[in-house]
Amino acid sequence: MEKEVQKENTSESIYLRYIKRRAGLLKKDIRRHKTSYLFILPYCLLFTVFILAPVLVSIGLSFTYFNVLETPRFVGWQNYVDLFFADEVFLTAVKNTFLFAVITGPIGYFMALFIAWMINDIRNKKIRAFMTLLFYAPTISGQAYIVWKYIFSSDTYGFANAWLMKLGITYSPHLWFEDQKYIVPILIIVVLWMSMGTGFLSFIAGLQNVDQSLYEAGYMDGVKNRFQELWYITLPSMKPQLMFGAVMTITSSFAIHDQLAALAGFPSVNYAAHTVVSHLVDYGSIRFEMGYASAIATLLFIVMIVCNKVIQALLRKVGQ
Amino acid sequence: MVGNAFSIAILILMGAFMGLPLVLAVCNSLKPLEELFIFPPRFFVRNPTGKNFHDIFVLMRESWVPFSRYIFNTVFITLFGTVGHLFVVSLCAYPLAKHKFPGRNVIFWLIVTALMFSAHVTAIPNYLIMSGLGWLDNYLSLIVPAIAKPMGLFLMKQFMEQVPDSLIEAARIDGASEFSIFTRIVMPSVKPAWLTLIIFCFQDLWNLQGSNYIYSENLKTLPYALSQISAAGISRAGATAAVAVIMMIIPITIFIFCQSNIIETMVSSGIKE
Repeated sequence: MEKEVQKENTSESIYLRYIKRRAGLLKKDIRRHKTSYLFILPYCLLFTVFILAPVLVSIGLSFTYFNVLETPRFVGWQNYVDLFFADEVFLTAVKNTFLFAVITGPIGYFMALFIAWMINDIRNKKIRAFMTLLFYAPTISGQAYIVWKYIFSSDTYGFANAWLMKLGITYSPHLWFEDQKYIVPILIIVVLWMSMGTGFLSFIAGLQNVDQSLYEAGYMDGVKNRFQELWYITLPSMKPQLMFGAVMTITSSFAIHDQLAALAGFPSVNYAAHTVVSHLVDYGSIRFEMGYASAIATLLFIVMIVCNKVIQALLRKVGQ
Repeated sequence: MVGNAFSIAILILMGAFMGLPLVLAVCNSLKPLEELFIFPPRFFVRNPTGKNFHDIFVLMRESWVPFSRYIFNTVFITLFGTVGHLFVVSLCAYPLAKHKFPGRNVIFWLIVTALMFSAHVTAIPNYLIMSGLGWLDNYLSLIVPAIAKPMGLFLMKQFMEQVPDSLIEAARIDGASEFSIFTRIVMPSVKPAWLTLIIFCFQDLWNLQGSNYIYSENLKTLPYALSQISAAGISRAGATAAVAVIMMIIPITIFIFCQSNIIETMVSSGIKE
C-alpha cells in the first residue's frame, strides 16, 4: 500500500483517498481493541486529572510571573533568562545536583544490581529473606535517616567525633554539617544508604523471574563463567526491570532534596548542599514565586528526559 | 571458593553499613536521656527503658482528638489507597503490555515521562484541582492521587511484558474473556510484581502527612501527629527516637510478609514458557 502511494501521490485525490483509507483502518483497529481501551480508561482518567493536568499547568506557569495571590502575568522567556544570567545560586545548585546525581546515581544503581545478584545466589531461604530486608530497610524506614544526624552530631556526643577523639586523631569535635568540606561527602554516604531501595527490590523480583532452563542452555552454548552468565543470560532476561530501576534512579537522584535539608539544614551553609530542587522549594514554598519555581521544574524535567533517553539507549546494548 | 568467600565478605560489610544505623535507631529509642547524651557515646543501650515510648503515650493522651483517630485515618487511607492503586494500575498495565492497540506507545511514554516532573511544583495546580472538585478536607484528596501515581503502572507493565504470549493466546483460544485472562492468568504470574507494588504503595501512604489538603484535626494522619511530637526538638530527643521506631515497624512488617510470599511463589509457580 505504501509503495502504491509513493508512485501516485502526485495526484491529490488519490492521496486523500489514502488518508481516508488509513483513517478507516485506524477506526476499525480502535473498534477491535475496545476492551483494551476499557481496561486503561480508569487509570487514564485519573492520570489526566491528577498528574498530566498539573504538569501541563506548571509548564505553562513557567512563562508567567505568578505570586499565588494575583493572576499570573505572562512574561515570556524572562524566568529562564533570569535563571541562567541573574541567579548565581541557581548555578551552584546545578553544580551540586550534578555532583550528587553523577555520584549517587550510577553507584547506587550498580550497587543495587550487584547486591541483588549476590543475594539471589544465597540458597538458604531464611538468610536470603533476611538479607533482602537488611538492604531494603533503610528505604522503607521513613524518617529513620535522622539517626545520621546523631552519628555525625557536631558535639562530642556524636559517634564520629567521639571515636576520632578517642583514637586521638582529632582533639576537638568537627562541625560535620556546618563545615563545607564535610557536608557533601557525608550526604553522599547517607543518600547511598537510603536510596538503593526501589531499584533493588525490582531487581530482586526480576532475578527470580529469570527462566532457569536458560542457564543450562547457556552452558551448552559455551558460557564460561559467572560474569558471562550475568551479561548474556541474566541481564537480558530482566531488561524490563533494569529500565524500571534506571528511571527510578534518575528521578530520585536528580530530585534529591528532602534528606539533605533534614540533615544539613535549609538553606545549607554557603549553599553547599543546595540542589536544584532545594532552589525550587525555596522559590515555590518560601518566596511564593511560582512562575520562577515552575521554570526550574521544567528545566529539570527536560534534563531528566534527555538523561533517560541516553540511559535507555545504553541499556538496549545489554547482552550484546 | 575464593569468589564465594569474597562475595560473602562484601555482603557482610555492606550489610553492616545498611543495618547498623537502624540498630542504632532502635537502641536510641530505648536509651534513657542520660545515656543519649554521654561521652564517649555508647552504641548499645546499657539500661534499656520504655520511658521514651511511655512519653509518647502520655503525649497522645493529652492530644486534642483521641489518638486512635489518627491511627484510623492513616490505616483507612493506606488500605483504600493501596487496594485501589493495585487494581486500577494492573488493569491499565495489562493492555499496555500485551495488546497492540493504536496509541499505546504514546500513552505509555506520557506516563513514564510524567514520573520525572518534580512533585514540589505541581502542589499549586493540584490544590486548585482539589478545591475545584470540592475534595479539600476530605479523605479523597489523599487517596485518589495516590491511586493515580505513575510508578506503580510502570512497574506492573514491565513485569507483564515478561508473561509469555503463548499462555495468553492459549487461553484466548479456549474462549476466555479478556477480563478472566487478566485475573486468572496474567495477575497470578506477576505475583512478585504486585507484592512489590504493595510494599512501595503502602510505604508511601503510611508516611503521608497530607497537611496540604487536610485542615480538620480529626482527619489528620498519624505521621502528622507524630511529627508534632518530635517537633519539640532536643527536649524530646528520646521521644523522637521512639517515634522513628514506631513509624518504621509497620512498613517493615508488611515488607516481611510480602517478601516471604514473593519467595514462596517463585518456588511453587511453574508458569514458564
